[in-house]
Amino acid sequence: MHSFELVKPATIQDAVAALKSDEAQALGGGQTLLPTMKARLAQAEQLVALSGVAEMHGICVDDDGRICIGGATTHATVAREASGYPALASLAGRIGDPAVRNRGTIGGSLANNDPSACYPAGVLASNATVVTNAREIDADDFFQGMFETALDEGEIITEVKFPVPEKAAYEKFLQPASRFPLVAVFVAKFSDGVRVAVTGASGDGVFRWSEAEAALSANFSPDAVKGLGDLDADDMISDLHGDGAYRAHLVSVMTARAVKAAV
Amino acid sequence: MTNVTMTVNGKSRTAAAEGRTLLVDWLREGLRMTGTHVGCDTSQCGACVVHVNGVAMKSCSVLAQEVDGAEVTTIEGMANADGSLGTIQQAFQDYHGLQCGFCTPGMVMSAAALLKENPRPTEADVRHYLEGNICRCTGYHNIVKAVMAASGQQVAPVAAE
Repeated sequence: MHSFELVKPATIQDAVAALKSDEAQALGGGQTLLPTMKARLAQAEQLVALSGVAEMHGICVDDDGRICIGGATTHATVAREASGYPALASLAGRIGDPAVRNRGTIGGSLANNDPSACYPAGVLASNATVVTNAREIDADDFFQGMFETALDEGEIITEVKFPVPEKAAYEKFLQPASRFPLVAVFVAKFSDGVRVAVTGASGDGVFRWSEAEAALSANFSPDAVKGLGDLDADDMISDLHGDGAYRAHLVSVMTARAVKAAV
Repeated sequence: MTNVTMTVNGKSRTAAAEGRTLLVDWLREGLRMTGTHVGCDTSQCGACVVHVNGVAMKSCSVLAQEVDGAEVTTIEGMANADGSLGTIQQAFQDYHGLQCGFCTPGMVMSAAALLKENPRPTEADVRHYLEGNICRCTGYHNIVKAVMAASGQQVAPVAAE
């Protein structure tokens, strides 16, 4: 790794002040950023560690019944403590491996927006709200393509608020070497409709499968997905782990499995 | 360089660290505690797993300055007070849970974390929990047996296979 200075703010205010510098970058749990910096694919003059910001840790329920998770909360904590939203706790408990879950954070995962990450699917399907030091961003506006988000320079995710669906499930087809999804689908059934978010399949990152949402809102059963056919293979990631047609088919299969698991 | 102090295996230890110094390098080069291994350096193999404030982490993906003041347990802290092998270490020896031994420090530390959470895991629990620890000798069967034995459960002897 190239040399850098580490700054350890204790409050959101101090973290935001430290990130005003052009040379500074936020450090969540470091499970992606540090390996990337070691490979010299990223560098910064200064890293601002968010792990010491106490007000960004922990899980609570707000007055609207939403599960609110601090941006620096680890996957292990969400898996253990988000019992009010079992499908989300299950997603968190299947990210990476135990040691990674003890360090990686929800804010870090969302800010990075890896096209194969798990959390973006949970956030988008749940219609969650991403709260930053400056504003609240709807999930539909937050994810803007591979590794791209609505976050401005120096803006940090302080909290994520999840409405709890009536039924939900996350089904992940594991890419066993990386333990990222090859394709994974989060299905959430709310009183006013169903949301389906797909990760790992598209080079543009997480997306909503609107045809499946319409079909499942009318008939919440695995059969409703089977009638839709597969997405266009040309829109899917194609690599040595699976070509576009394979991923397109996996999207249908994992969606049907998620519906079955949620029923 | 900044001085970083942690309680390592019960003893207060201080060594210098740059901003970029990884916990594993602080342990190995700063304290000369070379029991914790660097396998892949990309946070996939798990040879560098140590416990920080009681939870297992990959010390190649944690900055030393970030965990200044933490309580750290490494493989060197897993032996009994009299220097004899601890329960998990002894089980790894008894069940031939190591071949070249390179992954063993991380395997033992992950196994200890598992048994703290789940004192009587099933074989499937063990295999699932050790997902982030890679044994390049592929000696997984005996590693799983060793962890099962360390939890006090009956395990078929190695010679029977």
